[in-house]
Amino acid sequence: MHETSVAESILSTILETAGRVNAQPVGATISCGQFNALNDEVMNFAFETAAAGTVCEGMTLTIRHVPLRATCRQCGTTFEFDIYRPVCRQCSSAEFVFKPDAPLLLETIEFKDGKE
Amino acid sequence: MKLSLNQKILSRNEEYAQKNRAFFAKHKVLCLNVISSPGAGKTTTLARTIRDMKDTLTIGVIEGDIKTDTDAQKIRAAGAEAVQIETKGACHLSAEQVHGVLKSIHADTKDVVFIENVGNLVCPSAFDLGEHKRVVILSIPEGDDKPVKYPGTFAGADVVLVNKIDLSDYIEFNLQRVLADICAVNPDAQIYQVSAATGEGMDAWYDWLCQQRQQITE
Ligand SMILES: Nc1nc2c(ncn2[C@@H]2O[C@H](COP(=O)(O)OP(=O)(O)O)[C@@H](O)[C@H]2O)c(=O)[nH]1
Ligand SMILES: [Mg+2]
Ligand SMILES: [Zn+2]
Repeated sequence: MHETSVAESILSTILETAGRVNAQPVGATISCGQFNALNDEVMNFAFETAAAGTVCEGMTLTIRHVPLRATCRQCGTTFEFDIYRPVCRQCSSAEFVFKPDAPLLLETIEFKDGKE
Repeated sequence: MKLSLNQKILSRNEEYAQKNRAFFAKHKVLCLNVISSPGAGKTTTLARTIRDMKDTLTIGVIEGDIKTDTDAQKIRAAGAEAVQIETKGACHLSAEQVHGVLKSIHADTKDVVFIENVGNLVCPSAFDLGEHKRVVILSIPEGDDKPVKYPGTFAGADVVLVNKIDLSDYIEFNLQRVLADICAVNPDAQIYQVSAATGEGMDAWYDWLCQQRQQITE
Protein backbone atom coordinates (compact mmCIF):
# COMPACT_ATOMS: atom_id res chain seq x y z
CA MET A 1 0.00 0.00 0.00
CA HIS A 2 1.35 3.41 -0.82
CA GLU A 3 -0.19 4.55 2.47
CA THR A 4 2.96 3.15 4.09
CA SER A 5 5.14 5.52 2.10
CA VAL A 6 2.82 8.40 2.88
CA ALA A 7 2.94 7.52 6.59
CA GLU A 8 6.74 7.45 6.59
CA SER A 9 6.91 10.70 4.69
CA ILE A 10 4.61 12.64 7.04
CA LEU A 11 6.13 11.05 10.14
CA SER A 12 9.58 12.31 9.24
CA THR A 13 8.23 15.82 8.60
CA ILE A 14 6.29 15.85 11.88
CA LEU A 15 9.26 14.55 13.88
CA GLU A 16 11.53 17.11 12.34
CA THR A 17 9.05 19.94 12.97
CA ALA A 18 8.37 18.80 16.53
CA GLY A 19 12.10 18.87 17.23
CA ARG A 20 12.38 22.35 15.80
CA VAL A 21 9.48 23.87 17.78
CA ASN A 22 10.21 21.65 20.79
CA ALA A 23 6.59 20.61 21.39
CA GLN A 24 4.52 17.46 21.60
CA PRO A 25 2.55 16.78 18.39
CA VAL A 26 -1.04 15.72 19.06
CA GLY A 27 -2.70 15.87 15.68
CA ALA A 28 -2.18 16.38 11.98
CA THR A 29 -4.37 16.95 8.96
CA ILE A 30 -3.52 15.62 5.56
CA SER A 31 -5.50 15.94 2.36
CA CYS A 32 -5.76 13.98 -0.85
CA GLY A 33 -7.64 14.10 -4.12
CA GLN A 34 -10.01 11.63 -5.69
CA PHE A 35 -7.79 9.95 -8.26
CA ASN A 36 -4.91 10.18 -5.85
CA ALA A 37 -6.95 9.01 -2.89
CA LEU A 38 -5.92 7.50 0.42
CA ASN A 39 -7.85 4.77 2.14
CA ASP A 40 -8.67 6.10 5.64
CA GLU A 41 -8.45 2.79 7.44
CA VAL A 42 -5.21 1.75 5.78
CA MET A 43 -3.76 5.23 6.26
CA ASN A 44 -4.54 5.34 9.97
CA PHE A 45 -3.12 1.88 10.49
CA ALA A 46 0.03 2.72 8.53
CA PHE A 47 0.54 5.89 10.52
CA GLU A 48 -0.02 4.17 13.87
CA THR A 49 2.51 1.54 12.89
CA ALA A 50 5.08 4.07 11.74
CA ALA A 51 4.55 6.33 14.78
CA ALA A 52 4.84 3.57 17.39
CA GLY A 53 7.68 4.29 19.79
CA THR A 54 8.16 7.90 18.64
CA VAL A 55 6.78 11.15 20.11
CA CYS A 56 4.06 10.86 17.45
CA GLU A 57 2.58 7.77 19.06
CA GLY A 58 -1.11 8.35 19.80
CA MET A 59 -1.49 11.36 17.48
CA THR A 60 -4.78 11.73 15.67
CA LEU A 61 -4.59 11.88 11.94
CA THR A 62 -7.36 13.62 10.03
CA ILE A 63 -7.69 12.81 6.35
CA ARG A 64 -9.49 15.36 4.20
CA HIS A 65 -10.74 14.16 0.82
CA VAL A 66 -10.83 17.10 -1.55
CA PRO A 67 -13.59 16.85 -4.16
CA LEU A 68 -12.76 16.73 -7.84
CA ARG A 69 -14.64 19.16 -10.08
CA ALA A 70 -15.77 17.97 -13.47
CA THR A 71 -17.68 19.75 -16.23
CA CYS A 72 -19.95 17.75 -18.50
CA ARG A 73 -19.06 18.10 -22.17
CA GLN A 74 -22.67 17.54 -23.19
CA CYS A 75 -24.66 19.92 -21.01
CA GLY A 76 -21.97 22.06 -19.37
CA THR A 77 -22.93 21.27 -15.77
CA THR A 78 -20.06 21.49 -13.30
CA PHE A 79 -20.30 19.15 -10.34
CA GLU A 80 -18.37 17.13 -7.76
CA PHE A 81 -17.20 14.02 -9.54
CA ASP A 82 -17.77 10.62 -7.96
CA ILE A 83 -15.06 8.44 -9.47
CA TYR A 84 -17.04 5.31 -8.69
CA ARG A 85 -20.13 6.61 -10.49
CA PRO A 86 -18.76 8.54 -13.47
CA VAL A 87 -21.91 9.98 -15.03
CA CYS A 88 -23.21 13.53 -15.26
CA ARG A 89 -25.72 14.41 -12.51
CA GLN A 90 -27.75 16.40 -15.00
CA CYS A 91 -27.84 14.46 -18.27
CA SER A 92 -26.16 11.11 -17.50
CA SER A 93 -23.54 11.63 -20.17
CA ALA A 94 -20.04 10.33 -19.44
CA GLU A 95 -17.73 12.83 -21.09
CA PHE A 96 -16.05 15.36 -18.86
CA VAL A 97 -13.40 17.97 -18.56
CA PHE A 98 -11.62 17.77 -15.22
CA LYS A 99 -10.10 20.35 -12.96
CA PRO A 100 -6.71 19.14 -11.66
CA ASP A 101 -7.01 16.59 -8.87
CA ALA A 102 -5.82 17.71 -5.43
CA PRO A 103 -2.27 16.64 -4.46
CA LEU A 104 -1.28 14.77 -1.32
CA LEU A 105 -0.64 17.49 1.25
CA LEU A 106 0.40 17.67 4.85
CA GLU A 107 -1.77 20.64 5.79
CA THR A 108 -1.38 21.23 9.51
CA ILE A 109 0.29 19.84 12.60
CA GLU A 110 -1.19 20.51 16.01
CA PHE A 111 0.97 20.67 19.11
CA LYS A 112 0.08 20.43 22.80
CA ASP A 113 -0.07 23.93 24.28
CA GLY A 114 1.97 25.21 27.20
CA LYS A 115 5.13 23.25 26.57
CA GLU A 116 7.44 25.66 24.87
CA MET B 1 -0.64 25.55 18.74
CA LYS B 2 -1.42 24.72 15.15
CA LEU B 3 1.14 25.01 12.36
CA SER B 4 0.05 25.34 8.75
CA LEU B 5 2.48 23.67 6.40
CA ASN B 6 0.58 22.74 3.25
CA GLN B 7 3.59 20.78 2.21
CA LYS B 8 3.59 18.13 -0.49
CA ILE B 9 3.81 14.61 0.86
CA LEU B 10 6.24 12.28 -0.92
CA SER B 11 8.33 15.34 -1.69
CA ARG B 12 11.46 13.21 -1.60
CA ASN B 13 10.03 11.08 -4.38
CA GLU B 14 9.19 14.21 -6.30
CA GLU B 15 12.72 15.52 -5.89
CA TYR B 16 14.15 12.39 -7.50
CA ALA B 17 11.44 12.37 -10.16
CA GLN B 18 12.67 15.82 -11.17
CA LYS B 19 16.25 14.58 -11.32
CA ASN B 20 15.18 11.67 -13.52
CA ARG B 21 13.17 13.98 -15.76
CA ALA B 22 16.19 16.22 -16.18
CA PHE B 23 18.37 13.20 -17.00
CA PHE B 24 15.96 11.91 -19.66
CA ALA B 25 15.57 15.38 -21.15
CA LYS B 26 19.32 15.96 -21.29
CA HIS B 27 20.04 12.68 -23.04
CA LYS B 28 16.87 12.74 -25.15
CA VAL B 29 15.71 9.40 -23.84
CA LEU B 30 12.02 8.58 -23.91
CA CYS B 31 11.01 7.12 -20.55
CA LEU B 32 7.81 5.12 -20.12
CA ASN B 33 6.38 3.82 -16.85
CA VAL B 34 4.46 0.57 -17.39
CA ILE B 35 1.79 -0.28 -14.82
CA SER B 36 -0.58 -3.26 -14.58
CA SER B 37 -1.84 -6.05 -12.33
CA PRO B 38 0.51 -9.01 -11.96
CA GLY B 39 0.31 -11.18 -15.06
CA ALA B 40 -1.40 -8.68 -17.37
CA GLY B 41 1.53 -8.99 -19.77
CA LYS B 42 4.03 -6.23 -19.04
CA THR B 43 7.12 -8.39 -19.57
CA THR B 44 5.68 -10.16 -22.62
CA THR B 45 4.70 -6.84 -24.21
CA LEU B 46 8.15 -5.37 -23.58
CA ALA B 47 9.98 -8.47 -24.86
CA ARG B 48 7.97 -8.47 -28.08
CA THR B 49 8.43 -4.73 -28.51
CA ILE B 50 12.20 -5.14 -28.13
CA ARG B 51 12.31 -7.93 -30.73
CA ASP B 52 10.05 -6.19 -33.22
CA MET B 53 11.73 -2.80 -32.89
CA LYS B 54 15.36 -3.93 -32.67
CA ASP B 55 16.28 -2.26 -35.98
CA THR B 56 14.54 0.97 -35.06
CA LEU B 57 15.01 1.65 -31.35
CA THR B 58 17.66 0.94 -28.74
CA ILE B 59 15.72 -0.03 -25.66
CA GLY B 60 16.67 -0.44 -22.01
CA VAL B 61 14.43 -1.83 -19.29
CA ILE B 62 14.28 -1.23 -15.56
CA GLU B 63 12.47 -4.10 -13.89
CA GLY B 64 10.75 -3.63 -10.57
CA ASP B 65 10.04 -6.97 -9.07
CA ILE B 66 9.33 -8.04 -5.56
CA LYS B 67 11.90 -10.82 -5.57
CA THR B 68 13.21 -12.77 -8.54
CA ASP B 69 15.00 -11.50 -11.61
CA THR B 70 13.24 -13.75 -14.13
CA ASP B 71 11.67 -10.77 -15.89
CA ALA B 72 15.05 -9.14 -16.42
CA GLN B 73 16.33 -12.41 -17.87
CA LYS B 74 13.44 -12.51 -20.35
CA ILE B 75 14.22 -8.96 -21.39
CA ARG B 76 17.90 -9.77 -21.89
CA ALA B 77 16.93 -12.84 -23.92
CA ALA B 78 14.89 -10.50 -26.14
CA GLY B 79 18.04 -8.49 -26.76
CA ALA B 80 17.87 -5.45 -24.50
CA GLU B 81 19.86 -4.32 -21.53
CA ALA B 82 17.92 -4.81 -18.30
CA VAL B 83 18.40 -4.14 -14.63
CA GLN B 84 16.41 -5.51 -11.76
CA ILE B 85 15.33 -3.49 -8.75
CA GLU B 86 14.33 -5.75 -5.90
CA THR B 87 11.61 -3.89 -4.08
CA LYS B 88 11.72 -6.31 -1.12
CA GLY B 89 7.98 -6.41 -0.71
CA ALA B 90 7.22 -2.78 -1.55
CA CYS B 91 4.23 -2.38 -3.84
CA HIS B 92 5.66 0.28 -6.15
CA LEU B 93 8.91 1.66 -7.48
CA SER B 94 10.18 4.99 -6.22
CA ALA B 95 11.91 7.65 -8.28
CA GLU B 96 14.96 7.27 -6.06
CA GLN B 97 15.27 3.57 -6.87
CA VAL B 98 15.01 4.34 -10.58
CA HIS B 99 17.61 7.08 -10.23
CA GLY B 100 20.00 4.61 -8.65
CA VAL B 101 20.08 2.26 -11.66
CA LEU B 102 20.16 4.70 -14.58
CA LYS B 103 23.93 4.36 -14.92
CA SER B 104 24.02 0.59 -14.69
CA ILE B 105 21.84 0.12 -17.80
CA HIS B 106 23.59 2.98 -19.60
CA ALA B 107 20.25 4.74 -19.85
CA ASP B 108 21.88 7.77 -21.45
CA THR B 109 22.69 5.72 -24.57
CA LYS B 110 19.13 4.44 -25.13
CA ASP B 111 16.32 5.71 -27.33
CA VAL B 112 13.69 4.40 -24.97
CA VAL B 113 13.82 3.29 -21.34
CA PHE B 114 10.88 1.28 -20.09
CA ILE B 115 10.23 0.93 -16.39
CA GLU B 116 8.24 -2.21 -15.60
CA ASN B 117 6.61 -1.24 -12.33
CA VAL B 118 5.62 -3.70 -9.61
CA GLY B 119 2.44 -5.59 -10.53
CA ASN B 120 -0.26 -3.58 -8.78
CA LEU B 121 -3.05 -1.33 -10.04
CA VAL B 122 -3.25 0.88 -6.94
CA CYS B 123 0.03 2.09 -5.52
CA PRO B 124 2.38 2.74 -8.47
CA SER B 125 0.14 5.48 -9.80
CA ALA B 126 0.89 7.68 -6.76
CA PHE B 127 4.62 7.72 -7.56
CA ASP B 128 5.96 9.88 -10.33
CA LEU B 129 9.17 8.29 -11.57
CA GLY B 130 10.08 11.17 -13.86
CA GLU B 131 8.72 9.36 -16.90
CA HIS B 132 7.43 11.11 -20.00
CA LYS B 133 4.35 8.95 -20.34
CA ARG B 134 2.49 6.28 -18.48
CA VAL B 135 1.38 3.01 -20.05
CA VAL B 136 -1.30 0.98 -18.28
CA ILE B 137 -1.90 -2.60 -19.41
CA LEU B 138 -5.23 -4.29 -18.78
CA SER B 139 -5.65 -7.89 -19.93
CA ILE B 140 -8.88 -9.56 -20.94
CA PRO B 141 -8.82 -12.37 -18.33
CA GLU B 142 -8.76 -9.78 -15.53
CA GLY B 143 -12.31 -8.73 -16.34
CA ASP B 144 -13.91 -5.61 -17.69
CA ASP B 145 -14.51 -3.92 -14.33
CA LYS B 146 -10.91 -2.79 -13.73
CA PRO B 147 -11.26 0.82 -14.94
CA VAL B 148 -14.22 1.31 -12.59
CA LYS B 149 -12.40 -0.29 -9.68
CA TYR B 150 -9.11 1.55 -10.19
CA PRO B 151 -10.13 4.88 -11.71
CA GLY B 152 -7.09 6.70 -10.32
CA THR B 153 -4.69 4.52 -12.27
CA PHE B 154 -6.60 4.80 -15.53
CA ALA B 155 -7.00 8.55 -15.06
CA GLY B 156 -3.21 8.86 -15.05
CA ALA B 157 -2.59 6.75 -18.16
CA ASP B 158 -1.42 8.22 -21.45
CA VAL B 159 -1.85 4.87 -23.18
CA VAL B 160 -3.92 1.86 -22.23
CA LEU B 161 -3.05 -1.44 -23.85
CA VAL B 162 -5.91 -3.91 -23.70
CA ASN B 163 -3.85 -7.09 -23.91
CA LYS B 164 -4.55 -10.76 -24.62
CA ILE B 165 -7.19 -10.06 -27.25
CA ASP B 166 -6.33 -13.49 -28.65
CA LEU B 167 -8.41 -14.81 -25.74
CA SER B 168 -11.51 -12.72 -26.45
CA ASP B 169 -13.37 -15.63 -28.05
CA TYR B 170 -13.05 -17.63 -24.87
CA ILE B 171 -13.59 -15.06 -22.16
CA GLU B 172 -16.53 -12.76 -21.64
CA PHE B 173 -15.27 -9.20 -21.73
CA ASN B 174 -17.32 -6.14 -22.52
CA LEU B 175 -14.88 -4.02 -24.49
CA GLN B 176 -17.39 -1.21 -25.04
CA ARG B 177 -17.83 -0.89 -21.31
CA VAL B 178 -14.07 -0.73 -20.77
CA LEU B 179 -13.63 1.94 -23.43
CA ALA B 180 -16.47 4.00 -21.96
CA ASP B 181 -15.20 3.64 -18.39
CA ILE B 182 -11.68 4.70 -19.35
CA CYS B 183 -13.01 7.61 -21.38
CA ALA B 184 -15.13 8.77 -18.44
CA VAL B 185 -12.11 9.33 -16.21
CA ASN B 186 -9.60 10.01 -18.98
CA PRO B 187 -10.93 11.27 -22.32
CA ASP B 188 -7.40 11.79 -23.67
CA ALA B 189 -6.07 8.26 -23.21
CA GLN B 190 -4.96 6.39 -26.33
CA ILE B 191 -6.32 2.86 -26.20
CA TYR B 192 -4.88 0.01 -28.27
CA GLN B 193 -6.12 -3.56 -28.37
CA VAL B 194 -3.21 -5.94 -28.63
CA SER B 195 -1.97 -9.45 -28.15
CA ALA B 196 1.59 -9.53 -26.94
CA ALA B 197 1.50 -13.28 -27.53
CA THR B 198 0.48 -13.26 -31.22
CA GLY B 199 1.55 -9.73 -32.13
CA GLU B 200 -1.92 -8.73 -33.23
CA GLY B 201 -2.56 -4.98 -32.95
CA MET B 202 1.00 -4.20 -31.89
CA ASP B 203 1.75 -1.99 -34.90
CA ALA B 204 -0.46 0.82 -33.63
CA TRP B 205 1.41 0.71 -30.33
CA TYR B 206 4.77 0.82 -32.16
CA ASP B 207 3.60 3.82 -34.18
CA TRP B 208 2.67 5.62 -30.98
CA LEU B 209 6.05 4.70 -29.49
CA CYS B 210 8.00 6.07 -32.47
CA GLN B 211 5.88 9.21 -32.48
CA GLN B 212 6.64 9.86 -28.81
CA ARG B 213 10.30 9.22 -29.38
CA GLN B 214 10.33 11.67 -32.25
CA GLN B 215 8.56 14.33 -30.20
CA ILE B 216 11.25 14.40 -27.54
CA THR B 217 14.13 14.49 -30.01
CA GLU B 218 12.76 17.36 -32.06
N1 LIG C 1 -2.87 -15.60 -24.35
C1 LIG C 1 -2.04 -14.61 -24.06
N2 LIG C 1 -1.21 -14.72 -23.01
C2 LIG C 1 -0.37 -13.69 -22.74
C3 LIG C 1 -0.37 -12.51 -23.52
N3 LIG C 1 0.54 -11.67 -22.99
C4 LIG C 1 1.09 -12.29 -21.92
N4 LIG C 1 0.54 -13.53 -21.78
C5 LIG C 1 0.86 -14.53 -20.74
O1 LIG C 1 0.46 -14.04 -19.48
C6 LIG C 1 1.36 -14.45 -18.47
C7 LIG C 1 1.91 -13.26 -17.72
O2 LIG C 1 2.64 -12.44 -18.60
P1 LIG C 1 3.78 -11.45 -18.12
O3 LIG C 1 4.26 -10.75 -19.33
O4 LIG C 1 4.78 -12.19 -17.32
O5 LIG C 1 2.97 -10.47 -17.18
P2 LIG C 1 3.50 -9.34 -16.16
O6 LIG C 1 3.39 -9.91 -14.79
O7 LIG C 1 2.55 -8.20 -16.34
O8 LIG C 1 4.89 -9.00 -16.54
C8 LIG C 1 2.45 -15.23 -19.19
O9 LIG C 1 2.16 -16.59 -19.06
C9 LIG C 1 2.33 -14.78 -20.61
O10 LIG C 1 2.76 -15.77 -21.53
C10 LIG C 1 -1.28 -12.43 -24.63
O11 LIG C 1 -1.35 -11.46 -25.36
N5 LIG C 1 -2.10 -13.51 -24.84
MG1 LIG D 1 6.65 -9.00 -15.40
ZN1 LIG E 1 -24.36 16.59 -18.54
